[in-house]
Parts: sequence; C-alpha cells; structure tokens
Amino acid sequence: MKHWLPLALLALSLQAKAVDTYRLPDPAQQKTYESIISELRCLVCQNQTIADSNAELAADLRRQVFEMLQQGKSKDEIHQFMTQRYGDFVLYNPPFKAKTGLLWLGPLVFLMIGFAVLVIFQRRKKKAGTVVFDKDKQERIRRLLSENTENGEQS
Amino acid sequence: MLKYIIPLILFVVIAVFLALGLKLKPNEIPSPLLNKPAPAFTAPKLTAPEQKLSPEDLKGKVWLLNVWASWCVSCREEHPVLNQMAKQQAAIIIGLNYKDDPEAGKSWLSTLGNPYNDSVMDRDGRIGIDWGVYGVPETFVMDKQGIVRYKHTGPVTGDDVQMTFLPLIAKLQGEP
Repeated sequence: MKHWLPLALLALSLQAKAVDTYRLPDPAQQKTYESIISELRCLVCQNQTIADSNAELAADLRRQVFEMLQQGKSKDEIHQFMTQRYGDFVLYNPPFKAKTGLLWLGPLVFLMIGFAVLVIFQRRKKKAGTVVFDKDKQERIRRLLSENTENGEQS
Repeated sequence: MLKYIIPLILFVVIAVFLALGLKLKPNEIPSPLLNKPAPAFTAPKLTAPEQKLSPEDLKGKVWLLNVWASWCVSCREEHPVLNQMAKQQAAIIIGLNYKDDPEAGKSWLSTLGNPYNDSVMDRDGRIGIDWGVYGVPETFVMDKQGIVRYKHTGPVTGDDVQMTFLPLIAKLQGEP
C-alpha cells in the first residue's frame, strides 16, 4: 500500500511553493507587486530576490511592498523607500550614476577590449600573409621545405 | 619583448583584483543612513510595555542602538562585550529587541546580563526595516543631534570597542 506516499509528497511540494499569498484586487497592481518583488534583492541571501527568498527579512519586505501598494504608492516611491534604507544594493536594476558607472559600463569596456584585440590580431595576420618575397628568397624557401620533407621521410 | 610583457601585465591585473576581492566583505553593505537623522520610532519598552521610547527622548545624548534577539546566535557571542562596554558608561545603549518573543527576550537579559539602559520591542520588524537592518546583530552610533554617525554590522568584538566605538564616542561627547 504505497500509493498514498507519492500523493502525500506531492501535496507537500504544492504547499512548499506558496510562500505567502498577498493578493491585490486589481490585476495590474498585482503585476506591479510581482515585478517589484522580483527586482528587489534579499539582503540576507544576497543572490536571491525577495520574491525567491524564504528569509524572514524577505517576507517582511514583501509585506512592506504589498502594504505600500495598497496605500496607492507608486513603483518609484517604493524603490525610493527601499534605497533610502538599504542603499542601491537592494535594487537588482541599480540606477546609472557615478558610483554604479563601472557596473554598467564595465561589460561594454570589456567588449571593446575584446574587439580591439581581435582587430589587432587580424591586422597582424593580414600583414604576415601579404609579405612578398623576391624570387631568390622563394627559391630558398622551396628548397628548405623540400629538404625538410625528405628528411622527414628518411627518419 | 611584448610576448613577455602582455602576460606579465595580465597576471598583475588579475592578481591585484583577486587580492582586493579577498578583502571585500559583501556582507557589509554600506548604510545609506550614515550622517542622516536617526529614523523615528515610538516603541514599547521590553520590560515595561506601557512605557514608550523614541529617539527624540535621547536628543542631546550620545547613544548606541544595538539590534538583538534571543534567537540570534551571534548576539550571544557579542553579549559579554556589550556587558563590558556598559560598565564603562561611555554612552547610553538602547537595545532593539528585533522580531523576538518578549518573554524569551526578558529571560535572555536576566540570564546573560542586561547591558542596555532600555530595550524596546520591534516584534514585526518594521523599525528594523526603517533602520535598514538586514543581519542581527547591528549597532548604530548616534551623536547628540540624533544623527547616525556609525554603523557596525555583525557582532561587536572587544577590539571593535577599543579601536572604534570608544574613540568615536569620546569624540562625539566633545561635540555640541
């Protein structure tokens, strides 16, 4: 009689999925709620959003976002509320300013370095490819190469 | 020549970044509250809930806010240091009993000693959010004007008290 076991486990997994059930009456507002909590960093487990995290602080912050939306606060006001308390670090999408410049421009700089290296190597290759030897040199090269292959065959 | 210089430069750059990375503390997020007025609250005292305490009451005094909870393991480690510091009476120490059961909080103080001039309750963590608390214990230092001048995340050690807290408090006591 093991039929009930998978069912019981399944029931458990369904329960584990619902972290909390904040429901706003307006579907648009509900969407805003979900987008906000998926853009705020949980400061306890720093690589998770507060939507993903089960930490107590994340639950408190979800409640805070929910209540602020209920009070009719806008997304910007909620972002402002959070950054005033936790700094830009709380935002997964930090604003572009002097302090976060490296964060935003860094990848672009690396991409440009990559391109520069690519271009330099390509140019070098081309140069190497277009060197023109005079007839004497070409003759010598041919001789050297054929000597080499002959040696190779012997050994 | 370039053949040797480029790998050398790359090595140095990577080594410098890695060395810096070793010293970074990603758990210590700089507080945006620094040099701003202490966030307001009016909270019931742990030992006498009918009495309330607010940062306003502490204007004109240098004070510390230590966020603690009986469920917090690092707080246990920090507690003897706070007890020691309280004996020196350098500044007022207020405890913020964060998301804790008041009974558990009270019995913690009676068994481990009470370094706090007063502890206030923050049962649902709302004061904690206003102060940007994300990891208990945390300690804030306020000057006489009620401005947050320093924040320490994690347990305060004896060295922290000697090297950072006491000198800072002495300096703030000298300010108007």
